[in-house]
Amino acid sequence: MPGVRSRVRVRPGRGGLGLGVATLYMSVIVLIPLAAVAAKAFGQGLGALWSSITSSVALTALGVTLASSLLVAAIGAVMGTLVAWVLVRDRFPGKRFVNALIDLPFALPTIVAGLTLIALYGPQSPVGIHLAYARAGVLLALLFVTLPFVVRAVQPVLIELDPEAEEAASSLGASSFTTFRRIVLPALRPAIISGTALAFARAIGEYGAVVLLAGKVQIASLVIYNDIESGTPEGAASLSIMLLAVSLLVLVLLRRIGGRGAT
Amino acid sequence: MRLSRSVTLSLRTVALAYLVLLLLLPVGVIFAKTFEHGFGTAWGWITTPAAVSAFWLSVLIAAIAVPLNTIFGVGTALVLVRGKARGRALLDSLIDLPFVVSPVIVGLALVLVYGVDGWFGKWFMDQGVRIIYAPAGMIIATVFVSLPFVVREVAPVLLEVGEEQEQAAATLGASRWQTFWRITLPSIRWGIAYGVVLTTARALGEIGAVAVVSSNVAGSTLTLPLLVQQRMTTSFGPQAVTSSYAAGTELAIMSLVVLLAMTLIAPRKGDAA
Repeated sequence: MPGVRSRVRVRPGRGGLGLGVATLYMSVIVLIPLAAVAAKAFGQGLGALWSSITSSVALTALGVTLASSLLVAAIGAVMGTLVAWVLVRDRFPGKRFVNALIDLPFALPTIVAGLTLIALYGPQSPVGIHLAYARAGVLLALLFVTLPFVVRAVQPVLIELDPEAEEAASSLGASSFTTFRRIVLPALRPAIISGTALAFARAIGEYGAVVLLAGKVQIASLVIYNDIESGTPEGAASLSIMLLAVSLLVLVLLRRIGGRGAT
Repeated sequence: MRLSRSVTLSLRTVALAYLVLLLLLPVGVIFAKTFEHGFGTAWGWITTPAAVSAFWLSVLIAAIAVPLNTIFGVGTALVLVRGKARGRALLDSLIDLPFVVSPVIVGLALVLVYGVDGWFGKWFMDQGVRIIYAPAGMIIATVFVSLPFVVREVAPVLLEVGEEQEQAAATLGASRWQTFWRITLPSIRWGIAYGVVLTTARALGEIGAVAVVSSNVAGSTLTLPLLVQQRMTTSFGPQAVTSSYAAGTELAIMSLVVLLAMTLIAPRKGDAA
């Protein structure tokens, strides 16, 4: 019905004003400030930028941050898929409560996440386990805040998954493990990758959950914070640019697997 | 795929043990430690002038950031899903930026724009407007980090409900506003509600971005999360720890309300009207 269309879509460029306003808001809040970080990093000259990001403090911070985040993303991918599987395929009393619990890290302020981990695994641990002020504490904090990403990405795909292919595989003699590896896992792969990528992106920049637990472990966000506080914004901007580059790579990866975006 | 009983039970045990050790037990411990000296002591720690001021500053920041991002979020979702203008794909891909930028980088970015030596800092200073080390900067930081939630919740719902009812309304002579208020808004309300809940949770809980632009003075620029951190790190002894746990528990109780809202709204997100 062309008449209907032309009535709703007044002109081909409909939404141009809205797009302009939305872009302006985005620019003022997000884009201009991020441009200022880039300008600060590159404004000191390429030589200074290079020596800043290859300083031992910056390299250590980047190394520790990326290694921790990769490890957390890997553990999160396995445990998140496992938890999603149990929540979808298993039946047990209290499942609805457990399902609601998954969102706790999204609802709980990150500083409180760190505080709770200090209370249980810190110096005054009631169970005698001391993980705080070391790499293990940082890993724990990052696992806490990134838990929902993989679970919530995998769950809906698992619910929609047609059990017929699995039944066919097992009736043809495939073991449970083979069925999972050959039938279920390929269907879940895009969801696992996109959840893991979001978890990784979150982990490399996390501040609130780790600030109480890190102790002397110099992860990137803490180094950037200290650089700002000590009045050396150039150092902070240089390290920020490296983190932003990694984040943008993750964003591009997410777009390519098509898990995100409205259009 | 049928798993044997023993495999099912082991998977269940591993999943539940992981969640208990990572989430439930730690949160349980701060509740227990907060109230170990009685409810009165805990109440005392969250009603000190500094704690009350921090609570209200957190509420104020959320009360400004959430409505702003809700209006922007609904509008942007409409532009992205229903609009035809060029450049939508670019905006769409930029929306997720706040999700992947570290909060401390957000703080740094705002210092570089609005700080004393920043791009616009001097101009604002001449007007007598303080942004960095003041609540204004903390509000902008919060708007930044909580920006994408409503867009990302509303856009898929808009896509899902389709345009037919809106077109029917338009054919019957409804104006754009009438179509929006009577058709579009009711069909996306649960998506908006879920986005608002996520935005509120993030606004109340944000610390990294806010910490950079706050002067960290109790009574004026400390939010509840900053108060938790300050009590834990700048003072020592069992009292400081207990006072920090008390403020943490206050935030945890607020987030349980958020969690309850998420649980109630989530199943309705897909419902049209």
